Amino acid sequence: MRDFARLLDRLSFEPRRNAKLALLTDYFASTPDPERGLALAALTNELDFRHAKPAMLRALIGKRADPVLFALSYDFVGDLSETIALMWPKREGVNAAPPRLSEVVETLAKAGKTEVPGFVSGWLDTLDETGRWALLKLVTGGMRIGVSARLAKTAVAGLGVLSPDDVEQVWHGLKPPYEGLFAWAEGRAQKPETDDPAPFRPPMLAHPIEEADFERLDPAHFAAEWKWDGIRVQASAGRERNGALKRRLFSRSGDDISAAFPDLVDELDFDAAIDGELLVMVDGRVQSFNALQQRLNRKTVTKALMKSAPVGIRAYDLLSLDGEDLRERPFEERRDRLEGFLDRLAHPALHASPMVGFSSWEELADAREDPAQFEAGEDAAAIEGVMLKRRDAPYVPGRPKGLWFKWKRDPFLVDAVLMYAQRGHGKRSSYYSDYTFGVWREGELVPVGKAYFGFTDEELLEIDRFVRNNTLNRFGPVREVVHTKENGLVLEVAFEGIARSKRHKSGLAMRFPRVARLRWDKPPAEADRIDLLEALVNEDEKA
Amino acid sequence: MTEAGLYCPAGGFHIDPVRPVERALITHGHADHARAGHGAVMASGETLKIMAARYGEDFAGSSEKATMGESLRMGDVEVSFHPAGHVLGSCQIRLDFSGFRIVVSGDYKRQADPTCAAFELLPCDIFITEATFGLPVFRHPKAEDEIAKLLKSLRLFPDKTHLVGAYALGKAQRVIALLRQAGYDKPIYLHGALETLCRLYEEEGVELGPLEPVGKRGKELAGEIVIAPPGQLADRWARRFGDPATALASGWMRVRARARQRGAELPLIISDHADWDDLCATVLETGAEEIWVTHGAEEALVHWCKTAGLKARPLNMIGYEDSGETAESSGA
Repeated sequence: MRDFARLLDRLSFEPRRNAKLALLTDYFASTPDPERGLALAALTNELDFRHAKPAMLRALIGKRADPVLFALSYDFVGDLSETIALMWPKREGVNAAPPRLSEVVETLAKAGKTEVPGFVSGWLDTLDETGRWALLKLVTGGMRIGVSARLAKTAVAGLGVLSPDDVEQVWHGLKPPYEGLFAWAEGRAQKPETDDPAPFRPPMLAHPIEEADFERLDPAHFAAEWKWDGIRVQASAGRERNGALKRRLFSRSGDDISAAFPDLVDELDFDAAIDGELLVMVDGRVQSFNALQQRLNRKTVTKALMKSAPVGIRAYDLLSLDGEDLRERPFEERRDRLEGFLDRLAHPALHASPMVGFSSWEELADAREDPAQFEAGEDAAAIEGVMLKRRDAPYVPGRPKGLWFKWKRDPFLVDAVLMYAQRGHGKRSSYYSDYTFGVWREGELVPVGKAYFGFTDEELLEIDRFVRNNTLNRFGPVREVVHTKENGLVLEVAFEGIARSKRHKSGLAMRFPRVARLRWDKPPAEADRIDLLEALVNEDEKA
Repeated sequence: MTEAGLYCPAGGFHIDPVRPVERALITHGHADHARAGHGAVMASGETLKIMAARYGEDFAGSSEKATMGESLRMGDVEVSFHPAGHVLGSCQIRLDFSGFRIVVSGDYKRQADPTCAAFELLPCDIFITEATFGLPVFRHPKAEDEIAKLLKSLRLFPDKTHLVGAYALGKAQRVIALLRQAGYDKPIYLHGALETLCRLYEEEGVELGPLEPVGKRGKELAGEIVIAPPGQLADRWARRFGDPATALASGWMRVRARARQRGAELPLIISDHADWDDLCATVLETGAEEIWVTHGAEEALVHWCKTAGLKARPLNMIGYEDSGETAESSGA
């Protein structure tokens, strides 16, 4: 646990990707099995301790510390595990050795719900601040130390001559503590046997297109398709040795999200892998991201929700079919095979994403500007731009240069007035970094959204100072700041879309709002009126 | 309390006022406590020198040096200055009126510090305490262990300049003195803003070993220790060192988000303020029945005092930095 804690500690302060990679590879090289494999499982979020939840941690600290002092500390630190790790009182007379990582993992896997708190508090008594922090991060999951599963796998690959995609290919057939994988990476053994019939294939990603690219690139070499505002998924299915069909839905990062979408997964009756966009579709019409949001980040799903928000896939690509790997084939050929495959399948929830015909960049720019006029029709509200793909490009995992480009629609902008600010959590803790902003309606400001990123670190300091010096009222962690016609701070807020919502007081919900600029130059009276936002919603609804 | 801060009507003076007043007693030289422009100032000899070095010789209408531990009468009050252990020349101020005793702690710490006189415990009836680190999440580790982390990093990364952010008054000199105690005898390089105060410390008898200005040097300082004010770490100035290892010496480094916000890859938890345990212990040891809390996390300390059966109230002082956003107390 000590080495693992030290690793997490150093990773959490290290901003450079390559240095993180070096720290990880060094740890994997110098730590024995099974400790390193369990650390890898922790970093890739493959461990789940069902009974160690934030509520349990709160109960533990509740027994050891004054609740008022805990609440004040938590408000300042902004992270539950860290707050508890720092304020956990030392217990005299404890001299047991801190646990090994494997001891923690094995003990918790076997422990019943009522035993878990006892184990955790016993371990906390033997650890120092860093050790306690690492333990609590481990047992509650969600390390949030700036290490993606991909980076951890890349570090394993770095033990020898494997590429990260080699690791990715076998990953879903393996289980902690990954002894076979480490042996393969270190050149001590053959590739571990996995007969996963529905594996995850690392996806191909696009670069944002730049102004200069248009002069360089020939439109004739590229095909275009709509970029849908849903989530990128991979639907993978195939037969196991006993003939049973294994079906899986993966997120872009390779997380298995099948359990949240049984309505779709049960329909994957084929031996193939499709790359596409997961969207809510009602009566064949694609709904906005707002509709999809209620189905995301869930472990399971209710029947009612499957009925009110049924999902489907707009397919972009076909990666394998009936045991044949198509990824080396050119895009045009894969696209033909995809269309033929989906035509035969004729499933109402699975469609090929339509291509956008164009002969010049100008024509494509027009389509991107107004998809409704270019055959997207009623689905236009769920389109966030266009994708450009080289017709002859193979499917290359990662983000290869020059093959795929994304060209997003410009964001909407609104000038709004800062009304309330709240202290942030995580990285922004103890700064006022969550902002509620409003626009004018009949001479009054009405809150229309919240933004908590988009600004630079310097801008954060400026806003924080403004909030502290212009506080009108405090409501717990929230401060109301000055917002009259003459005095206040105008924020230029960028957002991707807007829809009606019953959850918000204003009746509107913005998609992906963020602070684009601080308009110190603008008096609040000149901020926008709600009519502007209403007009955008109405446009969307018409579309 | 007045707008300018803590006021003693019986003696006709303010203590650490944040606005110009006729007569001020100053606990220590940090800018939020020691401001320029008062009519008459009384402080320790070191504090007066620090104020003169920062604001010029004419920082106040007149100044008077307080002798440590010696009482003098001001109006109806007996006043005396005693070491607070915070920075060079830092004092607590004790006020006696007809047998009733108030101690104004100013900023203080109980940890050992080779660069200033140790905190003196003063029994009293009312103890006016700071609470910069007045939350139970702040337990400062041994400063020596933090310095060991810095020296270890220097061994692991001998090609990197180790750039240490430390506030110009107190923290910088303490870090240097701790490095010397740990046996580091190479020259330590200073940002220009630290030179005057380091010289002043040496004139006052605090030995800091070989010090050199950074001057125009940059990458040639690979493998060396450079000390600079915290605000300079992310500044253009720091780019001259290529890709340095950035350390920051401050009690705030205990909280990860704070360390990351400040861009510290090597957070050194070294503080010139009392941590939570020391605040609580000091409150009890003074024997005071009533505790007034000046600045920092007042709410938590006031709450704790009440649970310990003491009367306590926050003074809601305005003008002392509350959470480390500015250069001054980010070095706390």
